[in-house]
Amino acid sequence: MKISTAWLSEWLDTGLEPGELAERLTSLGLEVDGVESLGEGLEDVVVGQVLEVDAHPNADRLSLCRVDVGRDDTLNIVCGAPNVSAGCRYPAAPVGATLPGGLKIRRSKIRGEYSEGMLCSAVELQLGESADGILELDEGLRIGEPIVSALNLDDTIIDVDLTPNRADCFCMMGIARDLAAGLGADFKTQTILPVLGASDAKVDIRLEDPAGCPRFVGRVIHDLNSAAETPQWMQDRLTRAGVRPIHPVVDVTNYVMLELGQPMHAYDLDLLEGAIVARRGLADESVELLDGQQVTVNEDVLVIADDTGAVGLAGIMGGARTAVHDGTRNVCLEAAFFSPAIIAGRARRFGLHTDASARFERGVDPMHQARAIERATALLQEIAGGQAGPVIEAESSDHLPQRAPVRLRRARLGMLLGVEVPDAEVRDIFDRLGMDVTEQEDGWEVLAPSARFDIEREVDLIEEVARIHGYDQIPETVGRASGDLGSATESHVPLERARLELVARGYQEAVTFSFVDPELDQRFTGGPAGLPLSNPISAALSVMRQSLWPGLALAARYNLQRQQERVRLFETGVRFLRQGDAVEENRVIAGIAVGRRWPEQWGVDGESVDVFDIKSEVLALAALGGKPAEFAAFAADHPALRPGRAAQLHRNGAAIGWFGELHPALAQHLEINAAPLLFELEIDPLLASAPPAYAGVSRFPAVRRDLAPVIPESVPAGELLDGVRRAAGDLLKDLILFDLYTGEKVETGSKSVSLGLILQDTSRTLTDADVDGVMHDVMESLRRDFNATIRE
Amino acid sequence: MQDLDELVSRARAAVQDSADLQALDAVRVQFLGKKGELTQRLKRLGSLPADERPAAGQAINRAKQALQQDLQLHRARLEAEQLRGELAAGAVDMTLPPRGQQPGGLHPVMRTLERIETIFRAAGFDVHDGPEIEDDFHNFTALNIPENHPARAMHDTFYFESGQLLRTHTSPVQIRSMMEQGAPIRLVSIGRVFRCDSDQTHTPMFHQIEGLVVDRGVSFANLKAVLHQFCERIFERQVKLRFRPSYFPFTEPSAEVDVQSESGKWLEILGCGMVHPKVLENVNIDPEEFTGYAFGMGGERLAMLRYGVDDLRLFFDNDLQFLRQFS
Repeated sequence: MKISTAWLSEWLDTGLEPGELAERLTSLGLEVDGVESLGEGLEDVVVGQVLEVDAHPNADRLSLCRVDVGRDDTLNIVCGAPNVSAGCRYPAAPVGATLPGGLKIRRSKIRGEYSEGMLCSAVELQLGESADGILELDEGLRIGEPIVSALNLDDTIIDVDLTPNRADCFCMMGIARDLAAGLGADFKTQTILPVLGASDAKVDIRLEDPAGCPRFVGRVIHDLNSAAETPQWMQDRLTRAGVRPIHPVVDVTNYVMLELGQPMHAYDLDLLEGAIVARRGLADESVELLDGQQVTVNEDVLVIADDTGAVGLAGIMGGARTAVHDGTRNVCLEAAFFSPAIIAGRARRFGLHTDASARFERGVDPMHQARAIERATALLQEIAGGQAGPVIEAESSDHLPQRAPVRLRRARLGMLLGVEVPDAEVRDIFDRLGMDVTEQEDGWEVLAPSARFDIEREVDLIEEVARIHGYDQIPETVGRASGDLGSATESHVPLERARLELVARGYQEAVTFSFVDPELDQRFTGGPAGLPLSNPISAALSVMRQSLWPGLALAARYNLQRQQERVRLFETGVRFLRQGDAVEENRVIAGIAVGRRWPEQWGVDGESVDVFDIKSEVLALAALGGKPAEFAAFAADHPALRPGRAAQLHRNGAAIGWFGELHPALAQHLEINAAPLLFELEIDPLLASAPPAYAGVSRFPAVRRDLAPVIPESVPAGELLDGVRRAAGDLLKDLILFDLYTGEKVETGSKSVSLGLILQDTSRTLTDADVDGVMHDVMESLRRDFNATIRE
Repeated sequence: MQDLDELVSRARAAVQDSADLQALDAVRVQFLGKKGELTQRLKRLGSLPADERPAAGQAINRAKQALQQDLQLHRARLEAEQLRGELAAGAVDMTLPPRGQQPGGLHPVMRTLERIETIFRAAGFDVHDGPEIEDDFHNFTALNIPENHPARAMHDTFYFESGQLLRTHTSPVQIRSMMEQGAPIRLVSIGRVFRCDSDQTHTPMFHQIEGLVVDRGVSFANLKAVLHQFCERIFERQVKLRFRPSYFPFTEPSAEVDVQSESGKWLEILGCGMVHPKVLENVNIDPEEFTGYAFGMGGERLAMLRYGVDDLRLFFDNDLQFLRQFS
């Protein structure tokens, strides 16, 4: 809502500078989005009259003008505008003037002729967007008068962003009323005198949906002067409020809406067939709207119809068939009350958002329709004459909003705000807001004015008191502390520790969108694409991700394409796994690594990361919970990972995630010219933990024995290690795989695995016989279970 | 005895002349070894007349002790010298760059959310989570935003075919927690929220932090105090706050809070208010017995104010050049 301070002053003397005014509005809950002083920068520009126009001797497109700017001497001005002509008036900026853009006017020579000023276009004065030559001024303007006063630019526009509850402030009168209450200033009620009917012309009005439209006030006006034009002052006010002047009749209805908050409409009486009916739409009923759009309505939408069918969407937009036009002479005005319930959400259904629908869906004062009709009649007759008929009022009073008094308890007011507001002040606040107050023993009973749709219960009144009393007048009181110690637990590792572990390992945390491209999602998961959004921002962000990998892969690519050769990113968040029709929200931690294992530096080689690096990150995260033995990784195939370089992580037998190398085909599809490594793990099972259980410290020495079985290459190392652990039993404290060899020295198809076994007992020193016994069992088992040959 | 003196002075000179530990050891062997000159003297004591033996023995032993002391001292000197040499040879250029991994860093928004969480945890707020795919009841209706309410237009909502939606704020977590736990309650919920809007100042996904306290006797004055403290903790300076009346369907009175920048400008930072009695009724908490406050803020907005980031979209580009600045 754009407020002209000049217009506002008709209702209220604030005595405030625009900046202060904006601050007061804001402190009342009428948030100010912007303040624009119209005349700013135009102080030096005056009304000039061109006395003579001569051709410029050296330039075809320029002319030499002699201009009267109200001084003793006239100015010679070179002008390039095609529309300059002798006798007309234009804005003139003499030498020394500064224009809004900062341009300083100097005496200058243009193609050999002196120019002592400039005739200005609307663009140069920042008054409009049309650059069709210089701005032509009204002939009645006084020569030499500052342009600011000549064009009524001594005005400031304050843009107020109204919250949906403040329907009452959707007009000049409403803003003024609230401001008056806030400032304790006098609100100048405008008297609107009824215009006596000069004819008895009427239209039948029928309310067929009295709940949706309980009041419809109309008036016929005949014989309007169809050549009349909207006066400049009204055009200016409309323009400054953001409404485009169109036609005197339409302009008047818009003006009344801006002034009093009542949306209005006007029908061309000659195009209206029979009665005006406010009714629900029929199934598949079609209406052509003012903007040319053809919409199809149904029973859920209120329409205005005549005998031949719907002519407009009630409270949203009128129709094309009965619209006023340049030749319109006879009209019927409409000022109705449509209930918020029948308007709310409907405009959006048709992709519309109109000044009328915004007001009706929030609530228009149900008692002001006749007043608006009178105001509009008076304004219209001033402009275009005509004979008005009587005010026609159709009403179903049972369906009008009923105002009920609301009680406010003194104790509740003080308790909820945490401040005692004196009784007299509370009373005064309600009075200023136009509320009817009855004092009671423990508080007040309050009846809000009909324009207020937001006063239903006690807390609504408390808010009004707080607002007018001033939020800044409420103290800061530290509340009671909580006695609850919260939920710090040892059964779960805080996610932050996992994130910091990755940070220490060179990973940068990323945040990618939760929705991804369906094709990419499918390529990464192999199954059906994620749950689609009905109204996505774009196709590339249209399904819920089932993995964090697509987002991370795109983020890695973004960086690789920007001269980053080494990229390590991780993210934590929810993935949305499709389970038939349902979706499971699953928190995961995922990462991607591309490029060198170490940042480029002296003393280390430049090898790229491989699956064992990513496995290291995965197991480091797994170890945070203190139970590394519960985890195991198994080779397995994943649609996004390169076969043979992919593994699934298990905890106590249950799969909790994947890691491996991005499938080369997918890397190629993504145009990533490297082999990124990926991991994605479910947070809850990954970080579940339990307190450590102390098991004693051995005072006896440990013994190390090394072993190098040669086994078939097909035997996974993990299985071999498990076999050794099983065979060695409880005395085995640690098992190290310290070398792996394939090559000339072993048979083709075999590999030599060097193992170090650390043996220790807690109750005694191990004898050679003990150790030999264990080693014997281990070797036996390796030969038997893994077809191993062992050099003794 | 003269020749003993001569022997001793020769031996001592030889010790002093030893340039290294090897030479010194040779000197020790020459004089004190099994066949050493001084050892030989001791062995020959038996050939002296008995009355001369004690005096001669004493003299030789004194000479031996003196020589041993010399040897020890010189050995220590030579060892120290050798160590000095080794250390000098082992010196490296300490100005060379270090070796190893370069740490990454946390995302500025996540880092901001974490700070906020830490601050509120210290005040006894528990952290509650909720689903990101929500239903109409928890996201709107229970929060006093009925169907067709104009406030719904302020939430450009992403919908699914099933009628479910992506939560537009973290407020549904309030509803779930209050329904489960009842009052009193004191929580923050932190997470991703979604609005169907994308331009220079809007991203379709962002983060919110929401706080809720419901207890007996909770007032607007309490809310003002907690938010003022919070802002001073977050910005680590004294700040001026401005509470402006505003409107949220789920709180009343409602306010938007501006914090004054160091240059004096008011910057919007969060929204808050007293929990609307209808919301309490919707979760079966008696609004006569309990009152509460709630507040909500955007993680990105706070990160922008705190770290001086001027373009919201940077948070989601994941450009390493940007992210590394917050390491």
